Amino acid sequence: MTAVSVKNVWMEYDDQIVLEKINLEIKPHSFVAIVGPSGCGKSTFLRLLLGQERATRGQILIEGEPIKAEPAPDRGIVYQRYSVFPHLSALDNVLIGLEFARAPLTGSLRGRARAAAREEAAEYLESVGLKSSENKYPHQLSGGMRQRLAIAQTLIKRPRILLLDEPFGALDPGIRSDMHDLTRALWLDTKMTVFMVSHDLKEAFTLGTRVVAFDRPRNRPEEIGAYGATITFDLEVHRNVPKPLIVA
Amino acid sequence: MRRLINLKPNRGATIVLAVLPFILLVLVYVAGSAERLAINPADKLLPALSTMANSIERYAFLPDPRSGNYLLWSDTAASLIRLFSGCAAATLISLVIGVSVGLVPILRATFDPFVAALSMVPPLAVLPILFVFFGLTETSKIVLIAFGITPFITRDLILRVAEIPQEEMVKAQTLGASTWQIALRVVLPQIWPRLIDSLRLSLGIAWLALIAAEAIASESGLGYRIFLVRRFFAMDVILPYVIWITFLAFMLDVILRVVQSRLFPWFAAQRD
Repeated sequence: MTAVSVKNVWMEYDDQIVLEKINLEIKPHSFVAIVGPSGCGKSTFLRLLLGQERATRGQILIEGEPIKAEPAPDRGIVYQRYSVFPHLSALDNVLIGLEFARAPLTGSLRGRARAAAREEAAEYLESVGLKSSENKYPHQLSGGMRQRLAIAQTLIKRPRILLLDEPFGALDPGIRSDMHDLTRALWLDTKMTVFMVSHDLKEAFTLGTRVVAFDRPRNRPEEIGAYGATITFDLEVHRNVPKPLIVA
Repeated sequence: MRRLINLKPNRGATIVLAVLPFILLVLVYVAGSAERLAINPADKLLPALSTMANSIERYAFLPDPRSGNYLLWSDTAASLIRLFSGCAAATLISLVIGVSVGLVPILRATFDPFVAALSMVPPLAVLPILFVFFGLTETSKIVLIAFGITPFITRDLILRVAEIPQEEMVKAQTLGASTWQIALRVVLPQIWPRLIDSLRLSLGIAWLALIAAEAIASESGLGYRIFLVRRFFAMDVILPYVIWITFLAFMLDVILRVVQSRLFPWFAAQRD
């Protein structure tokens, strides 16, 4: 259960304002869908939440604490591409999160410690339906399976916040709706707060409890550098949220 | 008639076409040699294949009367040990510098221009310096090989590290990895197959450095031998030695390629 507040955040590069006056109060366990045209700072906003970049003005608070200035395990990320490590099998891709925490020096577990961690990782693989593919490398998996793997890999760290950067943008429509079901089930089970950047309005309204649109109100060519994108639309989506299947 | 660019040879034809230039070269040589020998039976420039076979037998299968060694094999062993030592040293140094400089921005700012400058120094120009420091020893030859290829491999690895998608670096951080763990578990394993590529490209320079060092100061080795017998115009020895060196270089390249595809199946798939 994690609340996030974004207070008057600006993002400026040398001669260009990308984001301005971003204010958001996110309730715990929200599913925030961020929509908007290309180049309106959605991904920049995600990078700010990730700690990969710092806002030039304003601040972002997680549970009242200023956000850490670099990526950390409390915030997980799933990208559209390059989310998993190509040189590791599916199981090792999930296992590696435990290995980083439990083997500071070598980054890899051996013997009994490894066997225990393996079992844990296998459970996460199973929860996304990849149990039978645990020995395959990412290049042997389909696009949808790769994204499932990326999600399992992220969830094993039990992040408080999950960031999704157009995670389903490259998938076929059928696979995409499966992924929606999976994502919603995992979100309900884990109590995470989710931020999802999407191009697809329907997807945003299917999954989101809050839909936020970013856009540039001033869009003439001579204005683009001087005015950034901001929130033009912010809507709570009320729906009968089904009871979680499993309470984590 | 289809366009020339659309005519593709089938499997059999591909093999025949690939062998053709080699056969042509041998035929041209045999014809040239026969013609010269007809005019002057003592001609040394283009010895007959039978003369070369004789020399090969003397060097490969009969002990040298003076030293008792089988010269071709003792030369090959001496050269390969130098080559491998030089390449191993270069690999180790390049890996350490390449990964750390490619991964850590502060190191990159410090060493990137330095490595770039270093890679512009012509290796053979350094040879006299090495001889002054290490004498006419094995060390100076190995250092020359290492010096010849390390800057190239290092620069290449720095670029390859930078080529790993930023997403993977961020992902690793969100999984709690330290810089050291990222180097160990994310960067290093992905660099191995790229290192093999880099090494394959550097082997030519490594051989060049090796032969040069052996030619100038050595008492054994393939390069030493061809420069030695050159004094007697012994083309019947030089030519087989050059072919043998070429064959060794070619085989090394093949072995590296096989190792790469066997050990790193994900790499080939990723490159497609």
